[in-house]
Order: sequence, then structure tokens, then C-alpha cells
Amino acid sequence: MNNTKTTLREIVSERYRYGFETPVAAETAPKGLSEDIIRFISARKKEPDWLLEFRLKAYRHWLTMTEPHWGKFTYDPIDYQDLYYYAAPVPKKVNSLDEVDPEILKTYQKLGIPLQEQKALAGIAVDAIFDSVSVATTYRAQLKEKGIIFCPISEAVRDYPELVRTYLGSVVPYTDNFFACLNSAVFSDGSFVYIPKGVRAPLELSSYFRINAKNAGQFERTLIVAEDDSYVSYLEGCTAPQRDENQLHAAIVEIIVKDGAEVKYSTVQNWYPGDENGRGGIYNFVTKRGICHNHAKLSWTQVETGSAITWKYPSCILKGDYAVGEFYSVALTNHCQQADTGTKMIHLGKHTTSTIISKGVSAGRSNNTYRGMVKIASTATGARNVSRCDSLLIGNQCGAHTIPVMTCADPSGVIEHEATTSKISEDQLFYAQSRGLSSEQAVGLIVNGFCREVMQKLPMEFAVEAQRLIGINLEGSVG
Amino acid sequence: MALLTIENLCARVGDKEILKDFSLTINPGEVHVIMGPNGSGKSTLANVIAGHPAYEVTGGRLMFKDRDVLKMTPDERANIGIFLAFQSPTELPGVGSALFLKTALNAKRQAAGEKDIDAVSFMRRLRPRATALGITDDMLKRALNVGFSGGEKKRMEMLQMAFLEPDFCMLDEIDSGLDIDALHTVSQAVNIMRESHRSFLLITHFQRLLNDITPDYIHIMMDGRIVKTGDKTLAATLEEKGYDIYR
Repeated sequence: MNNTKTTLREIVSERYRYGFETPVAAETAPKGLSEDIIRFISARKKEPDWLLEFRLKAYRHWLTMTEPHWGKFTYDPIDYQDLYYYAAPVPKKVNSLDEVDPEILKTYQKLGIPLQEQKALAGIAVDAIFDSVSVATTYRAQLKEKGIIFCPISEAVRDYPELVRTYLGSVVPYTDNFFACLNSAVFSDGSFVYIPKGVRAPLELSSYFRINAKNAGQFERTLIVAEDDSYVSYLEGCTAPQRDENQLHAAIVEIIVKDGAEVKYSTVQNWYPGDENGRGGIYNFVTKRGICHNHAKLSWTQVETGSAITWKYPSCILKGDYAVGEFYSVALTNHCQQADTGTKMIHLGKHTTSTIISKGVSAGRSNNTYRGMVKIASTATGARNVSRCDSLLIGNQCGAHTIPVMTCADPSGVIEHEATTSKISEDQLFYAQSRGLSSEQAVGLIVNGFCREVMQKLPMEFAVEAQRLIGINLEGSVG
Repeated sequence: MALLTIENLCARVGDKEILKDFSLTINPGEVHVIMGPNGSGKSTLANVIAGHPAYEVTGGRLMFKDRDVLKMTPDERANIGIFLAFQSPTELPGVGSALFLKTALNAKRQAAGEKDIDAVSFMRRLRPRATALGITDDMLKRALNVGFSGGEKKRMEMLQMAFLEPDFCMLDEIDSGLDIDALHTVSQAVNIMRESHRSFLLITHFQRLLNDITPDYIHIMMDGRIVKTGDKTLAATLEEKGYDIYR
């Protein structure tokens, strides 16, 4: 196993190097971070001055910040001058699936990804890619009829500068935290979604094919604006394993939910988790936050199975009266993975409500932490929160931790918190096995049962893929 | 040919020897009953046959359909037709009962190189069996054994047996905690499944299970081995005189 994963990484980094060494100098910036590099990035992307200014301000502020170390995980120091901040890696041209590493193909097959998708994922320059592009375009036309904008954020900067300028950094200011600040300085691409007043998005918007079409950026930035009484369900993430061996992934998602609008944001995150011994893998430092105005609702659902380190707290600022925030999370860690994830629910408006359901599954030698904050401000008369955090342990070398912080400044506020920790028992395993299930099937079934409440919040196809991912990621968790 | 052959089987938990040179042969179509006082090793026997990892087999042979069962994992044993209805079935939170049944059946089909069952055939197979045991659709939707009453758990064990159609069914104190009506339902489930290729091993303390089920053999187990074998009349003798005369 060790070997195959190393090979996978080698191939991946090889391709990456190929991208940087390409003679087309315009595609890459030199290593390291400086104002010149930021100017270079901005120029390459043909950005307007205000955005360059935004980036530079962020960069200058970032220089004054220090990396946070309060998360429950450890890692070797990141040398920020040893990273590439702009690279449009040219995919290695392969002509057929026969030339793709069989291990990668095997993984795709396990995931049940259709052949055309496999080709696209492997970066094969055949019709498949153009197919998915045209699929995207078809949808885009359909969306445009309703006035919905769904495009890469770099395009939005060009085509809808006023919208982007109004909302970019309005929920996650560049000063917010170290990684958000870094993202603000160097963000590469991401999605922009705009839903006009009173419009319900007729289909679930997904970044799936678009991220597949290009090789995933390290610093994505997603901005979603839902005008009054609109609705959108957005699916993020690659359900396929990422081939890119990026060490650092620092993304931002900002969501503005206006009066009476509703946004559902679902994530299935399966970045490369590193090998069994904790070598390699993605450091996933992500800032996700939305603001809800009167009667608005924001619902975060996440299934986190990948990354060596996950540091992520999708949050809701419940600013308007009667605003609703929800957070449903499954975080699964195996081998040496470390996840520190949770949410923040900030109640400012009257009669705001929030629900938190977190399911943490730890296996191997991993550590899984729920960290959450519920804050009811003095202005939030009648606010209410219900939180439940359940942890499931597999084996006796892993850790589960729950760190809830609750503050209530209004006497009419109600906060409820429940937490449980359980273990898959030998009897449960034996029971399922005595009915014919293999130990891996048994663990998969029990874990999926444990997570069911959250899985049910995912759109159907996503839920199926998420279940499969959980099975795959648990491989080797029972001896 | 015998379906199950146990020869001089020895097993222990920790340092405690529980099965001591236990031998028993069961032919296809037979119903065997094992009775015995608490701690005589009855449940251990069933668990060892099913492959519970807490028990260490220290000697002897265990053959099923001419295969060496001791080398097999619990799921392999299940998939060649060994079934144990547990005395206290474990709860599986979040795992729907119907989903569990489907997963188990598909595991068995996969082991036999067959395709997974489709949704319609699945329901067609499940419904009548559930109805016969008084198991409602609502119960099938609930997480397996979670919040089930003692009787519901036992009936769910019987449903799994009826649904998976194993060739060798072990029922560990299936009668404990059942009222007369439930006991009758459970006995009927066994009687319906009696066929020339299928054998049963019933573990019980009480004669009352045998009012509805007529066994071929009754064995009395003491201190890890069989001390007396007889026909159905042995139960009545036991009821009258107790185990003491066999000690």
C-alpha cells in the first residue's frame, strides 16, 4: 500500500514539476511570495486596479500576522517562500487511458466514476473534456435565462466587476485570519454565483466538472450572493481523489443570503490524506462563512474524509431577525489524519435559530476534534440553538475531542448541547459478520449508520458518493 | 453425509476452559436440542461454531459441509450456511433493519458469485416473512434492534433466519423473555423452515419450547461436554428430576 501511494505521489509531483518547468514562462510565477509576485498574478489575470489593490492590502496585512497554532494538530512549519503562488500547470498530455497510472484508474473505478469522467480527470485531451465543457455551457445558458450567474470568479471580475467588488471580502475580510488573508492576496480561482431576487435556481449548482476541467487551484475563492427570496443549492468539491500533491490549500467561501433567501452549501472533501504513516497529504485551511439577513437561511453540510489536516469552521452570522443557520457535518479521519472542524453560529438578530449536528469518526491513529462556537448577542432576543456532537471511535489508538464554546448575552436565549462518544464494539462487528458481512463491510455499514442523519441532508447522488467514500477511506481501519 | 461434525472440540475464554472435548454430529434435516444448567458451555458452543473472536479454540475439529470451519472468518461461515440467532442481539444504531437484511443477503449472494438482489425481489422476499413473524414495515425501517423490546429482538432474529435461509440454524435461548404467543410465533417460524437439507441446534433451559417443536435429539450438556443424549422424552424427565442426576 505504502508503495503504491508513494508512486501516486511521485507521478503527481512529477506532472506538477512538468507544469512549472514548461518553457511557456507566462504560465508560472517563480517560487515565493512578494508584491512583485502579486502584481504578476494580477497582471496575468488581467485584473482591474481595485482588485490588485485588494490583494496588495491583504498581502501587507498578512506580513504582520502569525500563523495560528490553536488547532488540535501538529505539522512541520510551512515555508511560505518555498511555494508556488501562481501556476497554471499544463496537464501532461496523455492520449489514452492506457497511459494513465493504473493505480489512479483503480481508484476512479472504486469511486464508480464513469469512463468519460475518468478521461477528463486524467487530463486526457479528448472529446470528454470538451463534452463536459459543453455540458457546462448548456447549463449556463439555462441559468442565464433566469438571470443566474454561475462562472469562474476570474470571469466574474471581468464581466460583473461591480457585483464582485461589492461583496468580495464583505463576509470574510482580508484581515480575518492568517490563511484567509493569504488567500485574499493570492487567490487563484473559484466560483461566483449570483441568484437574482425571487429566483429559485432550477438545478443544483456544482463545481464538480469545472474543477475537474482545470487542475485544482490551491487558493480558491468562492462567492455566492443570493438576493431577496431566492434559493440555491450549491455542491462543492471533488468526489474524486485529488492528484495534485499540494501541501497547502487555503480557500475562502463567502455567502451573502439576503432577506427571505435560502442557500444550501454541500461539500464532500476528499483531498489526498497522506499515506498510512502520515507522509504527504493536503493541509486544508479553509475559511467559510455566510451572513444571513432577515428570515434568511444558510445550511452547511459537509462530509470531510480527506486531507492530512483539516482546519475548517463553516459559520453563519445570523444578522437579520428570524435568520436560520444550520451545520451538518461528518468528519472521518483514519491513519494519521488530523481534523479540527466545527462551526460558529453568531446570533445577532431577534428570534434567530441555529442547529448543529456533528458526527466525528476516528480510526487508526488519527485525531478528530469538533470545535464550535455558539454566541447569542444581547440583541438576539429569543434566539435558540441546538447542538449535538457525536463521536465514534474505531480501534484504541485514535482520539476524539469536543470543544464547544457557548456564550449567551441575552436572558431569553436558549442553548442546548448534547455530546456522545461511542466505540464500535467487538459484538457489533461480530453480529454483522455472523450475517455474512466482511469486517470492512460491517464497519462501513455501522459508520454510515452513525452518519446517516447528516448524509440525509446531502443531495441524493452526493450522498451515494459520500457513502462510498467513507467505505474507501475506512479501508485498513480494522485489522 | 453429516452436515456438521464436531470432534473433541476444546475452547476457552482467557484462562477459562469452557468446551472440553466436545463432540457432536448433526445430519441434514435433524433438529437437536441442547439443554443444560447455566455455565455449562451451551452459548459458548454456538459462538465458537459461529466464530466469535473472544473464544480461543485450543483443540479438536469442526467440519461443516466437509469444510474446515475453524480456518474460516465469521462471515465466511455465514456465507456457507451457518446462522446463529443470538440470545441478546446487539444494537446497530442508524443501520435500518431492512437495509441490514439486504446487505446481508447481498453479501451471501456475492460470496456465491451471484448478482445483488433488485429492490422488487427484495421486498417480495421480505414482506411475507416479516408478516408471518408479526414484524411491521415500521419496524423494518427502524435501526436494527435499537429500542426493540426483548420479543421484537427475538422476532427480528427469526426474520433474519427466515430471510437468509441458512442450512444450519443455531437458536440460542430464543425462548427466553417471550410470552406464550410470541413463543408460538417463533416455534412456527422454525417448523416452517424444517426441511430435509436444513438442520437446527436449539439451546434452551426450558421444556416449553418443545411443546411446539419436536426435536430428533436432546442432549444434556454439563461442564463443557455432552453427558446424556436422548429423544424428545428426555425433556420431560429433566423437567421432573432436574439436572442433578446427571452431575
